[in-house]
Amino acid sequence: MERYRILPHTADGKFQAFGETIEEAFTNAALATASLMWDWTKVEPKVRYAVRVRGRDLEQLLVKFLGEVIYLMETRRFLLAGVSGLKIEQEERSYGIEATFHGDEISERYKIFGGIKAVTYNDMRIEDCDRGVCTIQVVVDM
Amino acid sequence: MDLVRIDENTWEIPKQGEMRVPAVIYASARLLQDIKHDLTLEQARNVACLPGIQRVSYTMPDAHQGYGFPIGGVAAFDLDDGIISPGGVGYDINCGVRLLRTEYTDAEIGPKRKELLAEIFKEVPAGVGKGGVTKLSRSVLKEILAKGAEWAVENDYGTPADLERTEERGRIVDADPESLSDRALERGIPQLGTLGAGNHFLEFQKVVEIFDSDAARTFGIHFEGQVTIMIHCGSRGLGHQVASDYIELMENKFGIAGLPDRELVHAPFRSDLGQRYYRSMCAAVNYAFANRQMIAHWVRDVFARVLGSAQGMDQIYDVCHNVAKLERHRVRDIEKQLCVHRKGATRSFGPGRPEVPAAYRSVGQPVIIPGSMGTASYLLLGTAEAEEKSFSSTAHGAGRIMSRHEALKRFRGERIRDELAGRGIELRSTSWKGVAEEAAAAYKDIDEVVRVSHELGIGRLVAKVAPVGVMKG
Repeated sequence: MERYRILPHTADGKFQAFGETIEEAFTNAALATASLMWDWTKVEPKVRYAVRVRGRDLEQLLVKFLGEVIYLMETRRFLLAGVSGLKIEQEERSYGIEATFHGDEISERYKIFGGIKAVTYNDMRIEDCDRGVCTIQVVVDM
Repeated sequence: MDLVRIDENTWEIPKQGEMRVPAVIYASARLLQDIKHDLTLEQARNVACLPGIQRVSYTMPDAHQGYGFPIGGVAAFDLDDGIISPGGVGYDINCGVRLLRTEYTDAEIGPKRKELLAEIFKEVPAGVGKGGVTKLSRSVLKEILAKGAEWAVENDYGTPADLERTEERGRIVDADPESLSDRALERGIPQLGTLGAGNHFLEFQKVVEIFDSDAARTFGIHFEGQVTIMIHCGSRGLGHQVASDYIELMENKFGIAGLPDRELVHAPFRSDLGQRYYRSMCAAVNYAFANRQMIAHWVRDVFARVLGSAQGMDQIYDVCHNVAKLERHRVRDIEKQLCVHRKGATRSFGPGRPEVPAAYRSVGQPVIIPGSMGTASYLLLGTAEAEEKSFSSTAHGAGRIMSRHEALKRFRGERIRDELAGRGIELRSTSWKGVAEEAAAAYKDIDEVVRVSHELGIGRLVAKVAPVGVMKG
């Protein structure tokens, strides 16, 4: 299955990410986010960060989770190369996510070609996985 | 949706359904065609439904679809019954433009164009993931958030005269650095004094046309060929984080039920959360003022070094085009203080307003409207008419019409560079992909945007400047 697809958007960045499970779709959404800024397939997985966020619903969880990709790049100079062990748990009135980000520090070896300001709710879709494919759609402010 | 043409450049969505006020769109028939391509009109209508909105939900000629509010949206809210919304300011808080004049002519700097640009490129960090030149402590960062450009001037970046010629004198005193999250501070520390990427740029330009020689003279523009410098950037990751944080906090506190668009989430202006957002936003505004102040200082340094002098490199003005501010305006013949949201719109105060620097008060506030990369930019003049027509606001730039994705398919950064070089424009960037994304053809026609502003009288033409050297993040 295709991991994600970048879609046209007048002012900013838009993509759909796919997965057989919601976890896989979230994982691919993180990679799609990275793909708008650098080529994650070329980044060596040398460093890892444990990521944990909570959200009041799946949409907020997604905004905060993808926000980690930007936050770690800006504050830890970390370029995402992959995501492992992503788990989503639903609690009474909120959702939690846990994952490990793998990647490397910014250096001359890697080309960064764009910046994302923030992940938005605009046009966001998180479709259920009933028919074996879960689709997530996100617009980011660039 | 009903859209009624009021006059040549004015369209109205009459009050209907949940709308508390009508929505007015300022555009020519041609610009309206672009505007109709996306959800701008729906967004302008949604804004008209928000509590405490005054008079009209306005849309400027360069409008395009945004998040919640349209880009180019202007809305003013009552302080007692109204709201404040991070979506009405945007993620890049105090994204804005600074314009400096010089005594140089295009002919004088022509031969040194390459060298100037190369030196500026060395001096001013730009692009994604580039740290600033100073490693800040948290306590210094908080001082900057409280004092804005004033901090920069106290630390020898520029002069007090620069403050005089900056919107809010480079500092909104309502800022509270303590209401920012750790994450916002963390993102702010490495990025102070950086240009960033996307549509942000630093240009040196030449005056190519003067429309209003009296106003131009007041602003220090005297002749065609005179060199100016334009800096377009904002509050970087710190501002983006403030917006994200307060959208989340407002969602958690007030819920999202009944919102036509989640990015329209808001808080009553007087509520604790409304005040915390307002004060954090002001801190981000101050950060952006300090940022542009530092960059302007480095540009002067480079000019002094390469050309021998930075004499006469005075600041014309510095405007914010993503902001919510407390201003006095008349609504139904009563003057009162309102919270004016400008998201991709420039304040356009006419003569006499106390907020306009003393040196300009007899003519009005300079309004700076940057074009897209490699195209003309404009200096306009605020008007008294804008007070009635748009809560003293006009356009802020060209506005995209083509996606980055499409631009990447159609254009090559290196080719754009060569094409600009053929027209005598030097271009340097941290990313050729970024250059392709910002191709002029991906933007609205800036000439048409400012023509409409001028015709409407919400911002009058003073001078047109064309790029000579462009540094893109």
